[in-house]
Amino acid sequence: MPFQSTVGDYQTVATLETFGFLPPMSQDEIYDQIAYIIAQGWSPVIEHVHPSGSMQTYWSYWKLPFFGEKDLNVVVSELEACHRAYPDHHVRMVGYDAYTQSQGTCFVVFEGR
Amino acid sequence: MSKKYDAGVKEYRDTYWTPDYVPLDTDLLACFKCTGQEGVPREEVAAAVAAESSTGTWSTVWSELLTDLEFYKGRCYRIEDVPGDKESFYAFIAYPLDLFEEGSITNVLTSLVGNVFGFKALRHLRLEDIRFPMAFIKTCGGPPNGIVVERDRLNKYGRPLLGCTIKPKLGLSGKNYGRVVYECLRGGLDLTKDDENINSQPFQRWRERFEFVAEAVKLAQQETGEVKGHYLNCTATTPEEMYERAEFAKELDMPIIMHDYITGGFTANTGLANWCRKNGMLLHIHRAMHAVIDRHPKHGIHFRVLAKCLRLSGGDQLHTGTVVGKLEGDRQTTLGYIDNLRESFVPEDRTRGNFFDQDWGSMPGVFAVASGGIHVWHMPALLAIFGDDSCLQFGGGTHGHPWGSAAGAAANRVALEACVKARNAGREIEKESRDILMEAAKHSPELAIALETWKEIKFEFDTVDKLDVQ
Repeated sequence: MPFQSTVGDYQTVATLETFGFLPPMSQDEIYDQIAYIIAQGWSPVIEHVHPSGSMQTYWSYWKLPFFGEKDLNVVVSELEACHRAYPDHHVRMVGYDAYTQSQGTCFVVFEGR
Repeated sequence: MSKKYDAGVKEYRDTYWTPDYVPLDTDLLACFKCTGQEGVPREEVAAAVAAESSTGTWSTVWSELLTDLEFYKGRCYRIEDVPGDKESFYAFIAYPLDLFEEGSITNVLTSLVGNVFGFKALRHLRLEDIRFPMAFIKTCGGPPNGIVVERDRLNKYGRPLLGCTIKPKLGLSGKNYGRVVYECLRGGLDLTKDDENINSQPFQRWRERFEFVAEAVKLAQQETGEVKGHYLNCTATTPEEMYERAEFAKELDMPIIMHDYITGGFTANTGLANWCRKNGMLLHIHRAMHAVIDRHPKHGIHFRVLAKCLRLSGGDQLHTGTVVGKLEGDRQTTLGYIDNLRESFVPEDRTRGNFFDQDWGSMPGVFAVASGGIHVWHMPALLAIFGDDSCLQFGGGTHGHPWGSAAGAAANRVALEACVKARNAGREIEKESRDILMEAAKHSPELAIALETWKEIKFEFDTVDKLDVQ
């Protein structure tokens, strides 16, 4: 087989950091990731931004960080409420670790347009 | 109190073997593995090591009576058997804090691993571990930024950083080199790295490289919407040239530079780390020459000591070996010293090779870099061993992809994210590694091809330097 026909053309994709190279997650898969955040003892934080601002350090908080929230369903319903309020915004889920003062994890749940 | 001068040669153990001594919190403690010449008693060998690495010399000298050597001398306070080894033993030595200049790793090593290593009464000598007292740690600058700040600067959370070294490591022009950087970064890597051999050779002078690499980093960042970086190697002939290169990297708005800390030396490294702290620059550290010093099980310095020294001298990332790749290093030992790079307190644990409790206080952590002969099939094991606060670097495993470096980068990124996602969802990633990778490859032709390309490659040789446990 000639070389050219075996080589694919890799096209650059714009991605949103962690999990940006995976296909969109199902609802169950998102639940698993939120459950992981809670199990680590991190506080769930929901942030959103218009896609034009995705590279800003600070995205807008949805309400305040949900300090100490342990109920998966509460977090999920807040995520959905944020998405309903800002349907064209990216919405990301942060697991905030107060001990390290860092984000234990952070990934985009809803991509805006 | 005052003593009379009595010329002649005394046995070391009369002065330097003090089994009743209780080490102070401010003492610097060291554990040496000693192998003496036949017929020399253990206490005499151990005392000689304490003496020759602190205040002693082979003969009594009149001028030592001008001071109080009881205050300054190093003391061997414990001798232990090495499990499974009759000819060697461990000597534990306490050094008073005043023997060392504040913040100077150079000074500590000049004393502890200086002349004593050539001492004739010893066949072999190995510095296994150092317990740095908090009083000394507080005089060291440490990592210019540390793990938390590096994550914030690079906007990477919840996963290891992903990188690779540019290959071929020698011989590319600046422009061609920048092309390879661009391909890797646009394909999904966070960071690329100058090979340690790249300084400023005739085929590619440093300024040429820096300019093209900066263009590549900025373009990839624009096109992908993610933060990117390249470790610009500032290791140079002289400190002046090293700082000139660092300044230029800053001028180009690059986030990270690099230094080779053993060949470059601790003085240069500490200086560059201080410059980085002052200038908001991240610092990646390479460790060329380490295996010359740390690989022999009975002679030299264990890498855990070199790793601790680097954390104090300064660096935000340090190479630690991969456990699974082409280079030496067993799993427990590696875990032992990566703890010492990243944690704020590491307890004594002989099963990990740590001989002392080590309190790091507020010293920031250093990313552990795993690099050397690793490919996508290793990803689950690497994530399990190194955790999130690491940087995984696939050189051949990126550029060797049949579609080129961008596709190779994407394959690694997909594999990494699939493993992180699976781990978070509670799956046992090492046991289920095959399923996790094959599932991820269903939506990534780049990963599918990478898995096919590297399916047979293993590096299963026994480690030369094993932990002394039975």
